[in-house]
Amino acid sequence: MLSRVADSLYWMSRYLEQAEHTARLIDVQLNQMLDQAGGDTSLRWQRLLHSLRTPPPEGDVDAYSVTQALTFDESRTSSIASCIASARENARQVREQISSEMWEQLNRLFLQVKGTSMEQMWFAEPHKFLNSMKEEIYLFQGITDATMSHSEGWHFIRVGRFLERATATAALLDAHFSALLTEQTEDESEPLDYLSWIGLLRSCASFEAYCKVYTAVIRPAHIAEFLLLNAEAPRSIRFACAMMQGALQAIAKAISARNSGRVERLIGRLRASLDYYQIEEILSGDMHEYLESIQRQCALIHSGLYQAYIAYPIEVALTSRGAAQA
Amino acid sequence: MIVSDAMGQPTLPPPFSNYPLGTAFDEMLDFDGRPRLHYQELYHRLLEMPAETLYQRQQAANTAFLNEGITFTVYGDDEGTERIWPYDLLPRIITGEEWETIEKGLTQRITALNLFLKDIYNDERILSDRIVPRWLVYSCRHFRREMRGVRIPHDTYIAVDGTDLVRLPDGRFAVLEDNLRVPSGVSYMLANRQVMKRTFPSLFGSYGVRPIDHFGQALLRTLLALAPAGRPEPVIVLLTPGVYNSAYFEHAFLARQMGIELVEGRDLLVHDNIVYMRTTAGLRRIDMIYRRIDDDYLDPLAFQPDSTLGVPGLLNAYRAGNVALANAIGTGVADDKAIYAYVPTIIRYYLDEKPILPNVETYLLTDKAQRQYVLEHLDELVIKAVGEAGGYGMLIGPYSTAAQREVFRSQVIANPRNYIAQPTLALSRAPCIIDNQIEPRHVDLRPFVLFGEHVTIVPGGLTRVALRRGSLVVNSSQGGGSKDTWVLVGPTAAVDQ
Repeated sequence: MLSRVADSLYWMSRYLEQAEHTARLIDVQLNQMLDQAGGDTSLRWQRLLHSLRTPPPEGDVDAYSVTQALTFDESRTSSIASCIASARENARQVREQISSEMWEQLNRLFLQVKGTSMEQMWFAEPHKFLNSMKEEIYLFQGITDATMSHSEGWHFIRVGRFLERATATAALLDAHFSALLTEQTEDESEPLDYLSWIGLLRSCASFEAYCKVYTAVIRPAHIAEFLLLNAEAPRSIRFACAMMQGALQAIAKAISARNSGRVERLIGRLRASLDYYQIEEILSGDMHEYLESIQRQCALIHSGLYQAYIAYPIEVALTSRGAAQA
Repeated sequence: MIVSDAMGQPTLPPPFSNYPLGTAFDEMLDFDGRPRLHYQELYHRLLEMPAETLYQRQQAANTAFLNEGITFTVYGDDEGTERIWPYDLLPRIITGEEWETIEKGLTQRITALNLFLKDIYNDERILSDRIVPRWLVYSCRHFRREMRGVRIPHDTYIAVDGTDLVRLPDGRFAVLEDNLRVPSGVSYMLANRQVMKRTFPSLFGSYGVRPIDHFGQALLRTLLALAPAGRPEPVIVLLTPGVYNSAYFEHAFLARQMGIELVEGRDLLVHDNIVYMRTTAGLRRIDMIYRRIDDDYLDPLAFQPDSTLGVPGLLNAYRAGNVALANAIGTGVADDKAIYAYVPTIIRYYLDEKPILPNVETYLLTDKAQRQYVLEHLDELVIKAVGEAGGYGMLIGPYSTAAQREVFRSQVIANPRNYIAQPTLALSRAPCIIDNQIEPRHVDLRPFVLFGEHVTIVPGGLTRVALRRGSLVVNSSQGGGSKDTWVLVGPTAAVDQ
């Protein structure tokens, strides 16, 4: 497969994952505000911006301005509209490599966002719009799995999706834990900010799944364990890394790559840390540092992927493999 | 069945009520207004067909095109840059005998033009013998000095050619234009057939139409034949300018049909005069490039320095013989419209044969007497820029305004080498569905000629239609549409009714 094609598929998928994550975060936050009329809402929006690693909009930081910035602001590369436009542009470049169903779904989504204004969305029902963003992206993922052949390109799509998910979840956990855990006294009682913790779980579409494992008793340690180390929850970092590793191995196998060693070592190490660490060790150490290191390792996996398959230096390719091909 | 009205003009029954007979050759009706033998079956089916059915079939065909994404890109249009190309449901039918002449004529023409290209880039016999003026060749915009003395596989310069044919009022086919650089349209020929078979299966089945579906394999075989020798399993790619090109759909379509990689300039690199593509599995050596990029943009080191579409160093790799290109660089000389006027001479010179397909009469404006005549008759003639294609840079005298004619007059006087003139042709007409009625529209025909080890022409081509009433311009960029083209097996017999 052409490196350019792999690159486009990877980014198409990353952008859509990012759009879906952002839509869910805003949706949860808006919903929570209904219950928290008294609190400092500006602070919560600040935290949301922080967890998305994006600067606040100019002027007042409130529900409207942040929602506007993160949903429709086309000058902001991380807004939902920008992410979907970028995903579509990437798909357009490789249109003959993806199924027509995928293209049509993505194009429809793009046109839907383009045809909606902030005012329309805000005064109708923000939840309806944000929810439909999520659903359309789930639908795209389903169409991808159902109509595209599960070969190299499909694995690049999966690497993009799970790499983005692992990084975003780590950043989200970090933002919450550094803000909330400092205020916590680790006794057995209910946490101080019960709703915020539920908000965190909901932001990861994991509240119900969490309850099935730990009942509705909300404890930060359990939440951290669930979102970091649970092997079965599709939104946990461990799960995302396992999927990413599977996809990376499949790519290496599909093209019998000889220089995939570095990227496989990187994902293997991250996976092992998540497989064998216990939550007590992480919490008793520096939680913030641990979450940062996950994001750092994801960035290394990204560059490792580029070095192995996409932007490898020509000299290396000529000596190690180009000669063999010629 | 045919009744004459008071004017003496025969009136046809519906849905042909709006089908006037004109001076141009009509593909369906003979000069007395009776359907020609090979159109009879279609004609009678249409008479019996309720208006709604016709409408529904046309709608079904349009939907099929839209759903399959068979589109072309319109330049200078921001959103929705992709449109479907208007498709007319009624086939254009060509008899086996007619096709035989076309096939022989095109084979003769491509053979001679290819010898011409080999000659002007090597021995220059035709120039030394003063058959074609030396200055005329050297002043062609697409003449490539860089190709002097370059030997290419099988001496085949033109691997793919799309020649535009028109039918003259007397029924003969004539060549209007050669397209020897990067002719497009073949995907529409194939897609039109697919849609036709789905919308009119019984009519199609009853006619005995020669198949065209093997075009992809024929093209692949042609490219394989022209790959550099000594490479047992040559790697072939299709080089596209990218998604913003108007023919991108076709590039993707052909790459898929042939099962070869669709690459852009940025996917390729040249090292030590060898061309590679960058894949996830490492660099892969490339032996043959079916390029759909003009010479100008192929290699920024040799041609347009500011182009990012091409591959730096490609020309040197080509000259070194490490990669083959189809078509070769510099073929545009032979489709320069001033050289066109010499093609009958070129055929006689190299093959010592009489041209089978005639040229359209052409005035060279560099000749003083001819220029004088043309300038006096601007309102009757068609003026064309020699290096343009796609219906751009053209003046159609009878349909032009005085201001437009003045613009062309001054341009012709300023640079006579850049223009030629031809009489305004009454292109033949074929029946088309217009607003649920059947009306005649002007058509041309572009068959696709492949030249690898030998010449292959799939029986058919792209019939382009000028959908605006009375219009003579069939280009997709100028409001034209297309039809499926049927070449019939064997001689035509009367059809049972």
